[in-house]
Amino acid sequence: MAKRKKLDISAEGDMTPMIDMTFQLIAFFMVLLNFAEGDQDARIKLPSSELAKPPDAALEAPLILQLTEQGNVLVIGDSVPVADMSRYLRTEAELIKRQQKPVAEASVIIRADRGTKTGLVQELIKKCQEQGFEKFALRARQERSRSP
Amino acid sequence: MKIRKSAASGNDKVEMQMTPMIDIVFQLLTFFVMSFKIAVQEGDFNVKMPLAAASSAETIEELPPIKLRLTANEKGQLSGIHMGERSLPSFKELNAAIIELVGTDSGPSSLAAQTEVEIDADYDLRYENVVEAITAISGYVDKTGHIVKLIEKLKFVPPKPGDSP
Repeated sequence: MAKRKKLDISAEGDMTPMIDMTFQLIAFFMVLLNFAEGDQDARIKLPSSELAKPPDAALEAPLILQLTEQGNVLVIGDSVPVADMSRYLRTEAELIKRQQKPVAEASVIIRADRGTKTGLVQELIKKCQEQGFEKFALRARQERSRSP
Repeated sequence: MKIRKSAASGNDKVEMQMTPMIDIVFQLLTFFVMSFKIAVQEGDFNVKMPLAAASSAETIEELPPIKLRLTANEKGQLSGIHMGERSLPSFKELNAAIIELVGTDSGPSSLAAQTEVEIDADYDLRYENVVEAITAISGYVDKTGHIVKLIEKLKFVPPKPGDSP
């Protein structure tokens, strides 16, 4: 009896649709990846407001102050009590002055925790004012507007 | 010289090695999927506050600010809202009172644009209550979902020295 010769057939699936889809998924996630949210900090739970809409134009090089519930300000990986913020704010004001820009025109974004004491926010604002800052932006989380 | 048979025949299919590419592509995909975070939109309430609360001669013609007093209980929860002499039960009422006072007209010469609110809050009051008060003062969302702006000029009463713990 004649022995059948073994056929060398390799069954290869068509990879093209899978690769197409994978690249589309990569493109989707790449576009959605938001690097601009670097100023957000998970330790801060912002108060919510239905009027808090993102600004049309981003503020130019703002000074962002993150105030925790315990009353500390998070600056460059460090936690500084509000009472000791003067030195840091003075340095920031000096840097702005060296760039030939008025300190009064610089914006200070205050990202304060919803549970923090209002007095601490006011103290922080006062410390900024002492260094010449005048423009403040109190940041809040956008809340879906309630149905009328 | 020996000529290679396969090169001469021309029938051989040159197959690209897909495995490394697919490996990398899946790694990229995993990276982007894992770093994907639904970012919550954030917005700002802009407050312009010079140090000496510049109530100088140039502001004489302006209306006196509406005084808003927010009191807190010992736990820091809101215990009272007072607009001038008037006591209000909730921020909704505050919003209604502001509308009643300045109307819904907007524009640079409107009453709302010229009016300023001075917020005097207790030291221990939770900050979220202040933001709620600012929301009630600054505007509201109408039935069509548009934001109607009211008073945008805000200032805080400086913290009193005796307030801090």
